[in-house]
Amino acid sequence: MTTQIPVAEELFTWPSDSPQLIGTRFPESGVTTFPQSKSCPKSGSENGERVLLPRRGTLWSWTVQGFLPKSPPYAGKETAKTFKPYGVGYIQLGDEVIVESRLTTAEASELKIGMDMELVIIPFSTDDAGNDIVTYAFAPVKK
Amino acid sequence: MAEDVAIIGIGMHPFGRHENTGMEMGAYAARAAMKDAGCDWSDVNYAFGGSASAGNADSMVSTLGLTGLPFINVANGCATGGSALISAYNAINAGAADVCMAIGFDKHEKGAFAPDPASHGVGQWYGDTGLMLTTQFFGMKIQRYMHQFGISESTLAKVAVKNFHNGSLNENAWRRQPLTEEEVLNSLMLSNPLTQYMFCSPGEGGVALVLARGDIAKKFQKKPVYLRSAVLRSRPFGSFEVFNSWLSPDRGNSPSVGAAAAAFKMAGMGPSDMDIVQVQDTESGAEIMHMAECGFCEDGEQEDLIQSGATNLDGRLPINTDGGCLANGEPIGASGLRQVYESALQLRGDAGAHQVKKPIKTAFTHVYGAPGISACTVLSN
Repeated sequence: MTTQIPVAEELFTWPSDSPQLIGTRFPESGVTTFPQSKSCPKSGSENGERVLLPRRGTLWSWTVQGFLPKSPPYAGKETAKTFKPYGVGYIQLGDEVIVESRLTTAEASELKIGMDMELVIIPFSTDDAGNDIVTYAFAPVKK
Repeated sequence: MAEDVAIIGIGMHPFGRHENTGMEMGAYAARAAMKDAGCDWSDVNYAFGGSASAGNADSMVSTLGLTGLPFINVANGCATGGSALISAYNAINAGAADVCMAIGFDKHEKGAFAPDPASHGVGQWYGDTGLMLTTQFFGMKIQRYMHQFGISESTLAKVAVKNFHNGSLNENAWRRQPLTEEEVLNSLMLSNPLTQYMFCSPGEGGVALVLARGDIAKKFQKKPVYLRSAVLRSRPFGSFEVFNSWLSPDRGNSPSVGAAAAAFKMAGMGPSDMDIVQVQDTESGAEIMHMAECGFCEDGEQEDLIQSGATNLDGRLPINTDGGCLANGEPIGASGLRQVYESALQLRGDAGAHQVKKPIKTAFTHVYGAPGISACTVLSN
């Protein structure tokens, strides 16, 4: 049986039935970073607190990655022949932070700035033992 | 206001794909600039130069002559050339040199850059998961801008059509074939809404400029062009840049806004005083957004300006008169100096087939790049 391995520790809560991204909130400046950060890029403060970010937000901007990215740094196992375009966007999570993410759809007609989006965890590659490597993505909220 | 600093010599190795090394292209440009200035290498008392991928500029002294001059290597990403120019400008203003050279050159592999996450201060996961592409950033910045300010895909395409047209008239340009709006729109969609022909490509080339104290400029050059300001800014909080895994909802300005405003202030002139403009057009959308960020129009006014041809060579405000990055490609170290070379050529009336039609006295240049830096200059006769 294969297991699902997160692409990085402390990026999102995992395993979980309702995973959340993990950021750092700096109370003095009101800035929230994603992922976690040792210092605040606005104030230089090092007094941050680990926070779990909202699972839902709205699409702030988007694009579709139309060609196979160079490896490295890309760790996906597709070839030029098997590659399928994937969506990429920024999702605004309330007034807290706007996070960059892969999207579950690459159809331009399905993506509109301002639409409701929800966090999901998706496989994007495999390791040498055949385990899925998973990352976070945002999916349009089904009406 | 600062002392006058003049550009007395300009030299360029054509951009494109070439057999020779980046360093050789830099030395070629340096020799051409000295020939244009009527000076020798021994007349140059200070030099600044750089490349991103083609070696240390200062090793060029073994080609140009071991005169013992101070030669400082500059490495500042897409603003490498601009930073070399600012350093030369400051050296002259500080009295450290009378005649100074700024050199930029580069040679990159084909295709999009493949950056290293660690050297950009982001986690490995960011590159692993396919988020670390500059092309995505450009797509998402213009996507939101079009949504907010009503810019059409036709206008995106018209920027590319204009720049490839200008490039077709410029013998130093790389892409010299004009394209139609349909050809631009129907080319491969790389990163929505940007198609293949809306993007510039990493390329090769070299540019060198010889600068001198204003009061001695005419000893060398009949038609000196004066550098009225040269300014560099890094990003303020809230700007939207490449390789940001998060943004603040509290949005701020691009570094281009601050760099342009400071360049105009230092020059004692404003955007409406400029006769021609070169702005960073890494892709079509960048040219559109930089028009507003640098103060040449309000957000959204680009739609009418570009559709009406105001930014064409025969328009009210010609932009990217040599074809910009789109037609010239982007050898990172040389790109910002190319804009100043082109401005000087235009101000001297020597641009030949791509000379703007109206008489001109002033010019503005703007480079922008990772990780959120901008360098601007104001020039005049």
